[in-house]
Parts: sequence; C-alpha cells; structure tokens
Amino acid sequence: MSGAPHRRRRSPRWLTYLVLLIAAVFFLAPVYLVVVTALKEPAVIRLSTAWHLPERWHWQSFSVAWEAFSSGLRNSLVLAVSATVISALLGSLNGYVLSKWRFPGANVVFPLMLFGMFIPYQSVLIPLFTFLRDVGLYGGLPGLVLTHVVYGLPITTLIFRNFYAEIPDEMLEAGKIDGAGFFGLYTRIVFPLSISGFVVVVIWQFTQIWNEFLFAVTLTRRASAPITVALAQLAGGEAVRWNLPMAGAILAALPTLIIYMILGRYFIKGLLAGSVKG
Amino acid sequence: MRRFTRDHLTAVLMLLPSLIMLAIFVYGFIGQTVYFSLTDWGRDPAQALAMRPERAFVGFENYARLFSGILESRFRQDLVNLVFFTVFFMVGTLGLGLILAILLDRGVAGEGFFRTVFLYPFALSFVVTGTVWRWMLQPQGGVNLLPTYLGMPQGEFAWLTSRQQIWRFDWNLVPSITALVVAVVLLAVGARAWRGAHRRRGLSFLVVGIALGAWGLAGGPGVELLPFPERRGFNLALIGIIVAAIWQMSGYTMALYLASLRGIPEELREAARVDGASGVQVYRHVVFPLLGPITLSAMIILGHISLKIFDLVWSMTGPDLATTSVPALLMYIRAFRANQFADGAAIAVVLLLLVATVIVPYLWTSLRGEVRR
Repeated sequence: MSGAPHRRRRSPRWLTYLVLLIAAVFFLAPVYLVVVTALKEPAVIRLSTAWHLPERWHWQSFSVAWEAFSSGLRNSLVLAVSATVISALLGSLNGYVLSKWRFPGANVVFPLMLFGMFIPYQSVLIPLFTFLRDVGLYGGLPGLVLTHVVYGLPITTLIFRNFYAEIPDEMLEAGKIDGAGFFGLYTRIVFPLSISGFVVVVIWQFTQIWNEFLFAVTLTRRASAPITVALAQLAGGEAVRWNLPMAGAILAALPTLIIYMILGRYFIKGLLAGSVKG
Repeated sequence: MRRFTRDHLTAVLMLLPSLIMLAIFVYGFIGQTVYFSLTDWGRDPAQALAMRPERAFVGFENYARLFSGILESRFRQDLVNLVFFTVFFMVGTLGLGLILAILLDRGVAGEGFFRTVFLYPFALSFVVTGTVWRWMLQPQGGVNLLPTYLGMPQGEFAWLTSRQQIWRFDWNLVPSITALVVAVVLLAVGARAWRGAHRRRGLSFLVVGIALGAWGLAGGPGVELLPFPERRGFNLALIGIIVAAIWQMSGYTMALYLASLRGIPEELREAARVDGASGVQVYRHVVFPLLGPITLSAMIILGHISLKIFDLVWSMTGPDLATTSVPALLMYIRAFRANQFADGAAIAVVLLLLVATVIVPYLWTSLRGEVRR
C-alpha cells in the first residue's frame, strides 16, 4: 500500500468515553436496582416504580435477611475457609513436587490431574452422592469440604506448579549442598517465597467455593446448606417480597466483592492462571 | 534425567494421596457414572434409593430413549437450548469483552474505575446474578421500564416467560447437521495439516471429512431418530439468561484481551502506521491476528462454563421451567428429584462427552508444547 495518503483516522475521543459510560451503566444498573429495592419497605415495592428511590430508607430488610441467612452465611464461611486452606496447602506441595522433583511419568500424570478441573461435575455427582452416603458424610459440611478439596486440587496444583517454575533451580541446588532434603528445601526456600502464590490461590478458591451451587444443593441437608442454596430457595418462593432476596443477594455477594475490591490485582492473576498456560 | 534419590521417593509419596483421591473422585466416579448409565437404576422405585440397589444391565437403552424416545422430549429441547445459549453467550462475551478492551487500551482517564466496574460481576456467584437479573427482567418492571424514561413506550417483551420459539427445525435433521459441522472442522484441520508438511495426517482428515460430509448431505441415511418430524427451535425466553451470563462474564474476556493487547509491542503498531495503515487496518492486520491464541483460550474456558451452566438458569427461572432448561439442570432433576439415576447418569455422560471434545484437544496441544520446551 505505497501511494495511499498517510492519514490517521481515529474515532473521536468523546465517542470512546460515551461507549465506555454506556457500558458502565449496563454493568452498574443492577447494583442500583438491587440497593434501592433492598432499602424499600416491602409494602411499597411495585414493579412500575422499581427504579424510583425509596421515599423512606428502610434498613430493616437487612436485619431480617441477616436472620434468614445467618446460618447459610456461617456454613459458607466454615466451608470456604477450611476447604480453601486444605486445598491450597496440598496444591502447594503438589506444585512443588511437579515443578522441582520431576519423576518419570510426571508428564502423563499432570494432564490427567488437570482434566479434573474441566469435567462437568454432573458426571461424578451420582457416585459422589452414593459414596458420601455410604461413608456417612452425606448431608453435612465435612462431606462438602472433602468434595471441594478434591476437585480444587487440579487448579491449586496448576497455579503453584506454574508459580514454582519461576524459582530458579540453582537456589534449590544451593540448599541441597547445605544438606537440606525434600522438606527442608520446602520449608526453608520454597514456602517463604510462596506468599503471593498463596494469595492468588486462596482468593481464587475462596471465591469459587463461596459461589458454588451444584455440590451444595446436591450434597447438603437444610441445616448445613451454604448461602447460595439458601438464597436460591428464598428467591424461588413466589410469596416472598423482593426486598428480602435483594438484601440477601447483597449479603451473599459482599465477602467476594470485598476481596475483589481490596485484592483485585491478585484476583486478575488467578483469573489469568485459570487458562492453563498462565 | 537426574539420579532418582531418596528425596525423589519422598516427593512421589507426598503427591500420592492427591493422585489417589483424584483417581477415585474423577476417573473412578466417571467410570461408575458410565456404568450406571447402562443400567435400569431408578426404574423400580423400590430399588432407587436402596443402599445396595439391584441394577440390571440394559446397554444403550437410556441413550436411545433420550435421543429418540417418543415420550422423552425435554432432553432434546434442553440440548437445543444449550447449543443456542452457548453460541450467543460466547459471541456476546467475546465481542463485548474485545470492544471494552480495545477502548480501554487507547488510554483513557479513569481506566482503573472502568476496569473495576466491568470485572466486578465476575466475583459474584451465578446465584446472586440470577436473583438480581430475575428482578431486572420482570415483564412489568425493571429493564422494560427503561424506555419510558426516554419518552418511549414501555417494553413488552416477556423476558423469562416467553413461550415463543423461532428458527424451528426438524429434530431428525440433527445427525446430518452434526455430521456436516464435524466435516467442516475436519476439512479445515486437514487442509491446514496438508499445507504444513503433515501430508499423511492431512490426507486422512480430508478423506474422513469428505465421507462424513457426503453422508450428511445425503440426509444421514441409516439413522432414523423419530418416525415423525419433531420441531425444535430457539426459545426466546433464553435471551434474558444469555444477557445475564454476558453481563457476568464479559469483564473476564475484557481482562484477558486487555492483558494481551498490552503485550503487543508498540513498535509493531507504529511500523504498520508508518507503512500507511489506518487505525482500523492496524487492528485488522496487526492486532487481531495476534489475539488468536487468547481468543482460543477464552473460547475454551467460556465454552466449558456454558456447557455446564446450571445455577444461573436455576436462580432465574427455577429448576422446573422447561422452556429455559439445559441438560445440566435436567440431569439434577432426573437423578436427585425423581431418583431416575440411570437417566441422570446418561445425561451426565452426554455432557461429559461434549465438554471433553472441547477440553481434551486443548489440554493436549497446550501441554505438548510445554513438555517439548
């Protein structure tokens, strides 16, 4: 394209901002609607005035929702924290083995592990249900923790393996000369360097487990149901006024939203790591 | 290979528990599901929930019923729903994510703000998103009211309850259509291999592709699903769910695209501009080709999320509305509401096969490159 007149046609900047603002409205409109609905008195919630600001701020929906959802929130917290910690620790050890102690067959084992994070969990759900029932773990939180730990292993192992690949082997060789073995190298060299790896994995796992629904609805009884199940059940009931599901949705969303706001940088790292090559 | 020391043994022993767990929970359980799908488990209600149920082997009967049983029609509509959902969800999420990334990449004031706003839905659970959008999409309120604030008449669309169906086709055409789609993929892959010095492999792909295509064009002789035409199509009630899913996930593709746009050296674009390329041409000839790999990764991730979609549908239209149902939801209902475990298992295996056709080649290619390194 030699003789073409050299002209830089760029769409005007105001157009860029206009499109971005419209997109921002699209992404934020639900937040507005949720907040104003949660703050209205149940009796004045009408479809036709859904977008209006409440005439009187009505904070009570939150205390009602808190009461309705406190057991779900507590279950989710116990579940997410314990499953996250266990799967992060195991993932760290696995990643350490797979990146620094390569053994014959590791190239076959690793993809076979990874496949586990992509399967539709429906394809293991029935045997999982009968297994947990047979060992007496069906219906309660321990069974759900076990489930999340096992199916979390592929992603935590993947992230740590990629993370540890960045640690130069020479550092470990130096440690070996000092007489450190498998565990010595891990506790003295690898683990102290893993802090940001742990942050990424913990954020990722906590968010995933907190938000998970399929295992939760299949494997728990009412008393141990996590927040997602409680919210879906409340919102599904037709008799309920909309202020309650909306307040509940805010409560259910807050923990992961706060993490996202504070640690957004690591959040994005985990999200990029989710696409295998990292 | 370095020497296999005692520490290597310790390492393997430390990995072993995880491996055993995954071997049981992934491969063992999948094997069991496949076995269950070939039995009649659940047909006798007395045996369904027994601790040691009696299960009789029935071969592929359950699958045959799902795809061509006269009384079993929900699964087929669910599958059609899933295909339409996946296509629109992927196109919408990739498209919106790409547009937002390109705009942000031009260097705007308040980039951090926009990025945060576009990505925050990704931190939410599908249940929260579903609950919120169910309220947004009430026919007499929410989104339908917005035109009135601009002086236009209220929107009339019954987002989640519409019974309208468009683009209808005969279910009996599905084998031919599938064969044609697979044939096109095989021909593309084969042609590429042929051009790139893998003549042998390319040729075999081409031959199989042509044979399959011919079979499809001939109307799929030898396979009859139903003795009568069965009309299936795109249920408009799905649009609302697609919109909510795009709202939740397009920040994710935006982040992926923005990361790889930032990775393109400025010199490359500058060189193209010096050669006289306009802004649009720079994108077409320089930037977009470089976004190929990340688009593929994003498609894989989105595709497998889409094939598994379950909680979003549940929380927007409930588990029982047939117009918006998907196989993942039907599997749950069959197995855990109706105790039809064999049916549920068969649906699960179909889902697994769908996901595997997407994931296995992806894992294969991306890890093969890594091992060589």
